[in-house]
Amino acid sequence: MTSVLYDAPGPGAKRRNVLYTVGFVVLLGLGCWWALAVMADKGQLDWALWEPFTQAQAWTTYLLPGLGNTLKAAALAMVIALPLGALLGIARLSDHRWVRGPAGVVVEFFRAIPVLLLMLFANQFYSVSTDLSSDVRPLYAVVTGLVLYNASVLAEVVRAGILSLPKGQTEAAKAIGLRKGQTMTSILLPQSVTAMLPALVSQLVVIVKDTALGGALLAFPELLNARGTLAANYANVIPSFIVVALVFIVLNLILTSFASWLERRLRRAKRSSGAVLHAEQAGAEEPVAEPGVTTKEGP
Amino acid sequence: MFDFLEGYDLLGAFWVTVKLTVFSGIGSLVLGTLLAAMRVSPVPLMRGFATVYVNVVRNIPLTVIIVFASLGLADVFGVTLGAADDFDEQAFRLAVLGLGGYTAAFVCEAVRSGINTVPVGQAEAARAIGLSFTQVLRFVVLPQAFRSVIGPLTNVLIALTKNTTVASAIGVTEAALLMKEMIENEAQLVLISAVFALGFVILTLPTGLFLGWLGKRMAVKR
Amino acid sequence: MNLRKVTAASAAVLALSLTATACGSEDKDGDAGSSSGDKKITVGIKYDQPGLGLKTPDGSFTGFDVDVATYVAKELGYAEGDIVFKETKSADRETALERGDVDFIAATYSITDERKEKVDFAGPYLLAHQDLLIRADDNVAKGEDLNGKKLCSVTGSTSAQNVKTKFAPDAQLKQVGTYSECLNALQSGAVDALTTDDSILAGYASQDQYKGKFKLAGLELSNENYGIGVKKGDTEMLNKINAALEKMVSDKAWDEAVKANFGPANYENEPAPQIGNIVK
Repeated sequence: MTSVLYDAPGPGAKRRNVLYTVGFVVLLGLGCWWALAVMADKGQLDWALWEPFTQAQAWTTYLLPGLGNTLKAAALAMVIALPLGALLGIARLSDHRWVRGPAGVVVEFFRAIPVLLLMLFANQFYSVSTDLSSDVRPLYAVVTGLVLYNASVLAEVVRAGILSLPKGQTEAAKAIGLRKGQTMTSILLPQSVTAMLPALVSQLVVIVKDTALGGALLAFPELLNARGTLAANYANVIPSFIVVALVFIVLNLILTSFASWLERRLRRAKRSSGAVLHAEQAGAEEPVAEPGVTTKEGP
Repeated sequence: MFDFLEGYDLLGAFWVTVKLTVFSGIGSLVLGTLLAAMRVSPVPLMRGFATVYVNVVRNIPLTVIIVFASLGLADVFGVTLGAADDFDEQAFRLAVLGLGGYTAAFVCEAVRSGINTVPVGQAEAARAIGLSFTQVLRFVVLPQAFRSVIGPLTNVLIALTKNTTVASAIGVTEAALLMKEMIENEAQLVLISAVFALGFVILTLPTGLFLGWLGKRMAVKR
Repeated sequence: MNLRKVTAASAAVLALSLTATACGSEDKDGDAGSSSGDKKITVGIKYDQPGLGLKTPDGSFTGFDVDVATYVAKELGYAEGDIVFKETKSADRETALERGDVDFIAATYSITDERKEKVDFAGPYLLAHQDLLIRADDNVAKGEDLNGKKLCSVTGSTSAQNVKTKFAPDAQLKQVGTYSECLNALQSGAVDALTTDDSILAGYASQDQYKGKFKLAGLELSNENYGIGVKKGDTEMLNKINAALEKMVSDKAWDEAVKANFGPANYENEPAPQIGNIVK
């Protein structure tokens, strides 16, 4: 692959590249060797610590229920946050200042606050003011925190999605006599939804990752928390971390691949008049780009 | 009305939040730029490494990374960052390491997208006058790229400020941990939460506004 | 047309994931397995403390607390299949009783004056002491020796605070989520001692993976009288449980449970306490 940043390597450059490669391999190798040596020294490579993961019970008793809770919280948060976010996003586009203003304040406020603070607040609020059982309280608290935060992020996605549509769409709708509400529900929203889909799926990755906060600080029995119970039985702290991290990586890679597949698909379809939104353009703060994309041939 | 603040070091906790943000911000900027340079470099192995790093780190929850830094890196690998005998300091440094390593992946993506916005002609012209890859990056592409990534980097920095709360998972006494302690012991739940929310609004809003203004000012006019 | 398909596909995926999670939530109550009895009793225990209350890989529960709870429940007239175990973390115990989420709690629940204001205690059924777990080749003679040493405990536990205020103000304290993470740090030398009740420590020390690596320091830093928590004011239940505990001691089931659960740990337990005799 040639890049615009450098010429196709000549003999000198090729030699230099080989040199760099060798140096880098040595560095990486040293790092890996050190990590493995320490793990071997501390007995972390003992098969007894890894063996549980080859047996069904470790998964069915600990990890899968944890993963189920992770997915449940993420799905609930997305399903509740989406309509709320759409409402806020549309409200921010309103012609009336008294609608636009408060919606803007709400969105900016919740985007400025760490999601953990929202979860802590919700947890304490439910424990003081409601008689939710302690089984479901962490789930409610995690979902509430995620919804408050992500509704405001999704509001921006929706707003950007609608704004990305050509002006002619609104004008044509007006010309045939549609009212503002009709324009929004039957012309703008349907078109922008397809443009927003990849950004929505990408946001799901952020939500999945944030559920782990509930496990660490609110005792929500999701995957990271289930790792603790598992390690109490098998005494395998390091292996269990590696396995749990792998599960998260695979899960999120599936989601990101799905998002980029959607995006490519929508780009090719070209039926929608608007652009396809990327999480970054929509103002999500942790943009998730397509996996494995290398530098484009030219900017 | 604010007597519930008595006995709690609110400013101290937010100061830790600021320190976490600044130290891990600098760390992630350096590491992230390095990774971005690797991702566009002529050495395939470095490109591959940077790509794998970004895609792996970005898909792991920050909480997992931070907790692993404490239970794995420090407890098993003995990486105590020069603070083996002081657990508070050790937790802080590990949190900076975790936050920096995590945020670097996002910085890398922002810088890379900035490199892509520099017109082909710039790099071609630079190479035409005989600059090497590192010179092209240092003198022509990166200075322009950084101007256009101020916006995305601002978003990363704001996200980082908020992400510092995750450090409470390993007992760093920053804002979120103090809030957890306070709402469990005091009755004024809404008031306390409002104070902490306001604290973060104060930290993130001016940063966003200032860097947004700077980004517009510095943007390369084309 | 394609676009509509894509949208429909995503909707289908969403619907699928929702039904999947719906199924997931149903089997939550199935922990105790299905049984024929029509009335059930719910007991709060710990899930992550070997020797006392542990959820094992096959989904069943073992430990001294579990054995005591099972014995008591049987005395109360419930068959083994009608006992539903539920996890009650330390911080949730009072609330769980007040709200009636559980009928009684046997979860390393020390009787204290503060807790007695909120719940009633049957028992005590075990007298434990705060102690230290140290590496087998290490020695700590008294609490004061901990000054300058590195101590590990779980977040929110009072034992670590107890050591710092009473014995060793200069001890370094690492707080983690679960005790097994402390053991990990203890094993690799990142901390010097792990502190909590000796009964809990013994359970960990006797786990297969850790056998022979750790020992109890043998310090009696405090007295912990484990009681069975019941809802405040439920005297009928309280008396029945006390009677059951007395019977458990007199028909030697108590000794057997101690032997089965603490035996492998070489834990020198105190003799069975008298009901109502709280050692300060």
